[in-house]
Amino acid sequence: MPPDVVVLDYGMGNVGSVLRALAACGVAAELSGEYEAIASAGRLILPGVGAFGDGMEELGRRGLTGPILAFARSGRPFLGICLGMQMMLSVSEEFGPVSGLGLIEGTVRAIPNRGSNGQPHKVPHVGWNRLVPCNGSAGALLDGIGPDAAGYFVHSYSAVPDSPDHIAADCDYDGCRIAAVIRSGALYGCQFHPEKSGPTGLRILHNFLSLG
Amino acid sequence: MPNIRLIARLDVKGPNLIKGIRLEGVRVLGDPGEFARAYYEQGIDELLYVDAVASLYRRNNLVEIVRLASEHVFVPMTVAGGVRSIGDVEELLRAGADKVAINTAAVRRPALIREVARRFGAQCMVLSIEAKRVAVDRWEAHVDAGREPTGLEVLEWAKRAIDLGAGEILLTSVDREGTRSGFDCDLVRCVATAVPVPVIASGGMGLLEHLREVVERGRADAVAFADVLHYRRLSLGQIRSFALDAGYCMRRHAA
Repeated sequence: MPPDVVVLDYGMGNVGSVLRALAACGVAAELSGEYEAIASAGRLILPGVGAFGDGMEELGRRGLTGPILAFARSGRPFLGICLGMQMMLSVSEEFGPVSGLGLIEGTVRAIPNRGSNGQPHKVPHVGWNRLVPCNGSAGALLDGIGPDAAGYFVHSYSAVPDSPDHIAADCDYDGCRIAAVIRSGALYGCQFHPEKSGPTGLRILHNFLSLG
Repeated sequence: MPNIRLIARLDVKGPNLIKGIRLEGVRVLGDPGEFARAYYEQGIDELLYVDAVASLYRRNNLVEIVRLASEHVFVPMTVAGGVRSIGDVEELLRAGADKVAINTAAVRRPALIREVARRFGAQCMVLSIEAKRVAVDRWEAHVDAGREPTGLEVLEWAKRAIDLGAGEILLTSVDREGTRSGFDCDLVRCVATAVPVPVIASGGMGLLEHLREVVERGRADAVAFADVLHYRRLSLGQIRSFALDAGYCMRRHAA
């Protein structure tokens, strides 16, 4: 059987760590930046670390934007991680506005540099935060994830979907609610890094790989 | 309440995990891979690898060690020591590292900070500062494992590096490192309360109470320790329970 899971290679991000985490889930994923691999993939993962504009530019330069949109329309499971999740939105304010993939309506905004108490806090937000499911919309992605489970976040911008219905889980960063998981149908995005979030992250990847 | 991270610091020389005192007088402890794996299984939040002799020998031997670790360690890994170029960073990230901490090469050519941050993001560019106290409230940055003074005042250097794009500060007190006498909380506080990015306090952890001091008085965003874990003076479970009991907002367990 050909590899079912494709991790998109577009020159941005910690693809090695994503592949090794998938391997720990028992899946030999294919790393590819080719149109054919995306078109025939059963599941597509868009990782990413870095700036929004650079990420979109790399996707465009490599002719990957169209294939990703076509994949997303097909209803097959898609997972964006960190920058990959942010690029699912319509637009980002990071060095922008810069247009995104537009899979989910919304804007990527800078994390406020003060907490809800008005005191300055650290940005980038780096650390482990508890994942709080919202209105049950995460579906099977968060199956088996306990109330204390945390993900590892490292980011200066965060996704703000226009409709709160698209926020499947969030977390509290010093009084700021930050979207941790977004979802629209079979399209999922994680702001935290499941590949770096210990057993919790591996369970979430496992769940993604098991989505029907 | 502060949200803090617990970081295991793994100083490496050649193929071995080592531990010194004030970054000198090295003792060999064993295979870094075994220690890394054990700490991951006990629920460490992050690993910090430090190549103890890289800048002296102008090479980095951590690529293979990180690559092996990344097969069964699924928490963030930072690599310090001997990172001198974009190519070095690329190689380490491909091996499984998430961040690099740069000291000597950034002091010699500060523009490297901007280049790394621009190419890989500020979150990847950790400025490593080896600080020695030179007056009551004054610390000087050192390079080459605390051996060479740079003339740079620590806070000024930290601020300048952040302007250039550093997204985090690894702040090691050379005076306290390996001594188990507690963190230099004045140093940590001086930097952590004056900069907008997270500060990792390193050097001096010997007792649980030291953790409280460096978080509450020092305002550290993350705490790195080596000796207490390597010599099993404290377990990660004990440290985490202590921090949770103190009311810190943090990852509750390894799940």
